[in-house]
Amino acid sequence: MAVKDQEPTLLTDAKPAADSVLKKDALETMAEARQRWEGAKAKTEAQVPFWKKDFTTVSGMEVPHLVTPEQTADVDPIETLGIPGEYPYTRGIHPTGYRGKLWTMRQFAGFGTAADTNQRFKYLLSQGQTGLSVAFHLPTLYGYDSDHYMSRGEVGKCGVTVDTLADMETLFDGIPLGEVTTSMTINSTAPILFAMYLAVAEKQGVDVRKQVSGTLQNDILKEYIAQKEYIYPPRPSMRLITDQFSFAAQHVPRWNTISISGYHIREAGSTALQELAFTLRDGMEYVQYGIDAGLDVDEFAPRLSFFFNSHNDFFEEIAKFRAARQIWAKVMRERYGAKNPRSWMLRFHTQTAGCSLTAQQPVNNVVRTTLQALAAVLGGTQSLHTNALDETLALPTESSARTALRTQQIIAHESGVINTVDPLGGSWFIEEMTRRMVDGTFDYFRRIDELGGMVEAIEAGFPQRELMDAAFAYQRAFEEKEKLIVGVNAFQMTDEEPIDILYIGDDLADRQIALVNEVKARRDAGAVERTLDALKKGAAGTDNTMPLILDCVKAYCTVGEISDALRDVFGTYEEPAVF
Amino acid sequence: MNERRLRILIAKPGLDGHDRGAKVVARALRDAGYEVIYTGLRQTPEQIAAAAVQEDVDAVGLSILSGAHNALLPEIIRLLKEQGAEDILVFAGGIIPEQDIVTLKTAGIDEIFLPGTSTKSIVEYLQTRFAAA
Repeated sequence: MAVKDQEPTLLTDAKPAADSVLKKDALETMAEARQRWEGAKAKTEAQVPFWKKDFTTVSGMEVPHLVTPEQTADVDPIETLGIPGEYPYTRGIHPTGYRGKLWTMRQFAGFGTAADTNQRFKYLLSQGQTGLSVAFHLPTLYGYDSDHYMSRGEVGKCGVTVDTLADMETLFDGIPLGEVTTSMTINSTAPILFAMYLAVAEKQGVDVRKQVSGTLQNDILKEYIAQKEYIYPPRPSMRLITDQFSFAAQHVPRWNTISISGYHIREAGSTALQELAFTLRDGMEYVQYGIDAGLDVDEFAPRLSFFFNSHNDFFEEIAKFRAARQIWAKVMRERYGAKNPRSWMLRFHTQTAGCSLTAQQPVNNVVRTTLQALAAVLGGTQSLHTNALDETLALPTESSARTALRTQQIIAHESGVINTVDPLGGSWFIEEMTRRMVDGTFDYFRRIDELGGMVEAIEAGFPQRELMDAAFAYQRAFEEKEKLIVGVNAFQMTDEEPIDILYIGDDLADRQIALVNEVKARRDAGAVERTLDALKKGAAGTDNTMPLILDCVKAYCTVGEISDALRDVFGTYEEPAVF
Repeated sequence: MNERRLRILIAKPGLDGHDRGAKVVARALRDAGYEVIYTGLRQTPEQIAAAAVQEDVDAVGLSILSGAHNALLPEIIRLLKEQGAEDILVFAGGIIPEQDIVTLKTAGIDEIFLPGTSTKSIVEYLQTRFAAA
């Protein structure tokens, strides 16, 4: 049989049942061959036991020792896998994959003052990153100003300090918001930072409707589950989110109003399957709330985006990403009746797993990050952040941030993996693992539906308990040396040279507070009072809060003042302290 | 013999919301036979010191990954002393740069557990510290 150049060889001669790539009698022959393998395996194992007992994934998921073609003969290449760019998108959402466009290299950055971070943004852009991603310091995330007593010791430590619009202006000084896309990791205070970003874009003379594009994380459900940056209780928080959905659909149509996240759920200790299931189920909850708020699903669903972790188990992660696309497409079309194909397409950003990195022998982290980044690329991510080697010790130095970026660039430009769309598609092993992820996820969906929905499941503590149990199981496996971590419970070193880290002192808090006081002295106190009052009235009713927050922001109300106004109306949330 | 079980408070000072480590340690200590109280998130030094005294604990474990340790941890020690509770053992864990460890220990933090620590070693530490005098 002649084989054409550059064409894969397929066993396509026969007309197989259910579009299997194998002929029926080939399947039987294969099953027999598998039996012989099982026998050989048993014989080998009886003579010399395997060198360890545990061959599960880092999540503890069983991994098949071998997958043979007849085991996945029922995975329909068209119905279940499809082609890239076509429902159910298992193989990718774009027909051209990375030949059409590489993933966005979007490194999460932020520390110190807005001026410090503005410098780091410019540095990373100059080094070839293709999108911005903002890390805000804890007070901004929690709706406190830098001079609040809860902000003691926290100012500028975990991210950039933003108290007013003035800080936002400094943060993006010299960065054209009509040309660069920005992702902001912000949740409870997302409406405020979104408004600030739009205000800065307006000041730059950018056509907000046509040119502004970016993402807000804005995923409050996972805050209750994992990241814990909640302020208000669940229902008013969902209202703030649906307000942003409809505001952006009208005024900032190129904006991704939500990044439904699994990253943090995974970091908090969940398994890969829990990460997948809880994230998608959170997404479904937002869709339902959007529909219940009177929005047409096809109006806002195309702008939903996702954010996943990429952890150490290479193939588990790839299967997870592929399963995510397949599940979301199915659920959007069948459960929510979305008609626009863009509503069926799952787009995602990935961050390599912070929790997998070690403080011991930190240079090893470059290797971990590389494997994790590669898994994300082979899984078809649209956007990627790679961690720096010193993540367990501090925020990245310029040098370690650069190496993290180079990791992506080497994968993109030297490894060749980008040349083919979904290169692992059709691997019997990958399709089997993808199927297991899909099945396991629908199992979780059923359990959560039985609890009454995701908000109810969270209120009942279900996902929190699941991930806590997984975290504890992992810790036990680590301490029993069932799971090895190189440099930590294996191959340790006793005398390591400490590395230089980024150290942020406590002195910048005073500088920032002085800056904010200057802004307060210059602003129109009447406008501050007026806009905050209007916000409280609107929030207490059913008005869209976004235009009201925009007014507050432009009057140079602080993050704390705006958040307090909403605290007055919505109250605050406190989680039960269970372990 | 009716031995009183040792009581440990596990606390999260400041805004840091990373509670995986604190909860893993809390569970491990409970499994090792200690009575464990977990404060939950976003605790001020005042709240932690008050809880430690109120719950009459023998030790306090502080979990902090946000970088706010220099501002918050010595303050907790100071408040415990102020309330006459200076013999409560205070230990800490999380992300704490090498260069801050001496300062914190001088301020009264008895031990600091960094990333990679096993819960086993924390249990052993407590057993050593509380071995019958």
